Amino acid sequence: MSTTTASAAPATRPAPATPVKKRDTRRRRRLSQWGFIAPAVVFMLLFFGYPLVRNVVMSFQDFSPSTFFDGKSPFNGTDNWSKVFHDDLFGKALWHTIVFTIGSLIGQFGIGLALAVFFTKRFPLNGFLRSLILLPWLVPMVVSGIVWRRILDQDTGVLNSFLDTLGLGGHTPWLTSPGMALFSVIMVNIWIGIPFNMVILYGGLQEIPKELYEAASLDGASAWRTFRSITLPLLKPVITVVLVLGFMSTVKILDLILALTDGGPADSTQTLGTLTYQNSFVQLDFGAGAVVGNILILISAVFAVFYLRANRSEGK
Amino acid sequence: MTAARRRAVIPLTVVSVLVASAALAGCGSQRDDDVYTVLNSSTDDSYHGWDAATLKRCSARLGITIEQQSVPASQVMTKSLRMASSKSLPDVIQFDASEMPTFAEAGGLVDLKSLGLSTQDIPKGIVDFGSYKGTYYGAARTVNTLALFYNKDVLKKAGLAVPTTWAEMQETAKKLTRGKQYGIALSAGGAEDGVFQFTPFMWSNGGDETDLDSKQVADALDYWKGLLKDGSLSKSTVNWTQADVNDQFMAGNAAMMINGPWQVETLNTKKSLHWGIAQIPVPRAGDDSVGPLGGAVLTVPRTDDTAREKTAAKIIGCMSSEKEQITYARNSWMVPANEKAAAVWRKEVPELDALADQVATARSRTAKVGAGWSSVSLALQSAFQSALTGQNSADALKKAQARATSGN
Repeated sequence: MSTTTASAAPATRPAPATPVKKRDTRRRRRLSQWGFIAPAVVFMLLFFGYPLVRNVVMSFQDFSPSTFFDGKSPFNGTDNWSKVFHDDLFGKALWHTIVFTIGSLIGQFGIGLALAVFFTKRFPLNGFLRSLILLPWLVPMVVSGIVWRRILDQDTGVLNSFLDTLGLGGHTPWLTSPGMALFSVIMVNIWIGIPFNMVILYGGLQEIPKELYEAASLDGASAWRTFRSITLPLLKPVITVVLVLGFMSTVKILDLILALTDGGPADSTQTLGTLTYQNSFVQLDFGAGAVVGNILILISAVFAVFYLRANRSEGK
Repeated sequence: MTAARRRAVIPLTVVSVLVASAALAGCGSQRDDDVYTVLNSSTDDSYHGWDAATLKRCSARLGITIEQQSVPASQVMTKSLRMASSKSLPDVIQFDASEMPTFAEAGGLVDLKSLGLSTQDIPKGIVDFGSYKGTYYGAARTVNTLALFYNKDVLKKAGLAVPTTWAEMQETAKKLTRGKQYGIALSAGGAEDGVFQFTPFMWSNGGDETDLDSKQVADALDYWKGLLKDGSLSKSTVNWTQADVNDQFMAGNAAMMINGPWQVETLNTKKSLHWGIAQIPVPRAGDDSVGPLGGAVLTVPRTDDTAREKTAAKIIGCMSSEKEQITYARNSWMVPANEKAAAVWRKEVPELDALADQVATARSRTAKVGAGWSSVSLALQSAFQSALTGQNSADALKKAQARATSGN
């Protein structure tokens, strides 16, 4: 270790005669740099690296309840993978995950952006209303799920009786029809996601210099033109961050669906998240659960790369 | 400057070592020699209290300290498995009886008879309930099953008798459906609750969990579909747990319901509600009403510490003694497992007689398929949900049988 640093240093920097003391200082500085990084590295390896690698390995193993006793988890090649891919439920869950993620993102982002733009205007009670909209964010996911399950109950739910008094039917099978349940679950998730989108986008809007809007209005630009040519382009970095973060939290949805429908009726709201849960913790087939989990990680990783790139260009 | 840096390096390295060792230390905790632990799912305030009182009495009787550790019911299995791999298993685990075979099959349980527990005075059905492949691993304190609960006032006002056959139940339910009130409520949710509720219909009709695509099972499912079609059963039933069903019954939204004795505590909080209880109606007059046997069993996990395992068996012996069974049954409204205790209990609560009768013929879910029950259960819940939301019963069940067999 010491020899490499000592010999490498003069090679890279052709300083004539490095005094021993100076070399020593540099070595010490590098050591202290590593000292600062070490806790983070250890933490990452232990709590992110190890489980990640373990999960990948587990997806190629026969990991059953008896493994916990005898420690034996023989490798079974791609058995778990082919089992998962041959399961009808996997295709269904994948499709539901795609619909759920795209639907939720469009709704959350669209409404969040509209509200953020709305709140940039000055009007009485602005601050109060803004904090009121934050409420869904404060409620734990499972609690929202349970409350919404009651609201959406076909017979005794508040929503249907409200629609009924308006004369708009009132017998909508929100969570009880396989054709409708996924849509309802998406609606609830949009409701939950709006505050996050709104807050981040609102913050981004504050960063846009007011002079640009003044100039636009002097030029006689319409509201839509101002939005398209000033707001959107300047908000782009924030939009990328919001969408990527939103994507990653939406794609692995589990708690909300368990609380609302338990994946039913008739598996119409099963997603990759619930499938992982069902494989691992209901059927105790940890190998198959790991396969679905890995697929989820892979999908998230692709978008994490987008996020990192967006962040980097923002930092420039 | 350099000295300051050097000073910084040492604490940081220490921190990372500490983080690492703390993380690893979490993996294996040492057991205390004088303290025995019982792991159960009594997270509910009242159940936790009842168990704490029982364990206090048993601690005094056996001269040891017994501690209770409660986790949510859905986590008992995974927690136990984790504890097994870190060699930190508790001395007694209370499993739901449908989960016990999985742990037994993995080699995690000790034969209770070899530890000196006897099955004297316990009916064969309940011994089987706590057994896997002929070995007695789990002692039940009390057992439960499903029954038909009905609103006495509503039935009396309509001048209707309590139904005993499927046809009568369908007719009564139809007559009692008016306004906001449905004739009957049951749970057909996409979890074990729904499957538990379907079993009495499947079994009383001669159906079997090993043959899901038989005509008997399809007919049972068609019976449920019929109730839905009549409008006597709410369409929300596919989204209801058993607790939801109880809420509907208590709110007056259902005149009858299929449910279990664990709801009685809640039912009794509404003084204006006069409820009665009857056996679940059968397909044809004279058939046996076969309900599912439910409840938890006390097991001794394999820790290879014979002395401790023997004491653990003594703890189970105390917890499931006649006296403790009656106390527990009085609290929880479930039926004592021991015949003698059950007789005493029957005298005390004659209104729950129907339940005790239903227990006598009740069947265990895992007796035939053992650790394969979770696959059967998942396939079955998907099938009846498909059928109740429009698909043909026979088609849905055919798919379920294929799925249960493949283990997917």
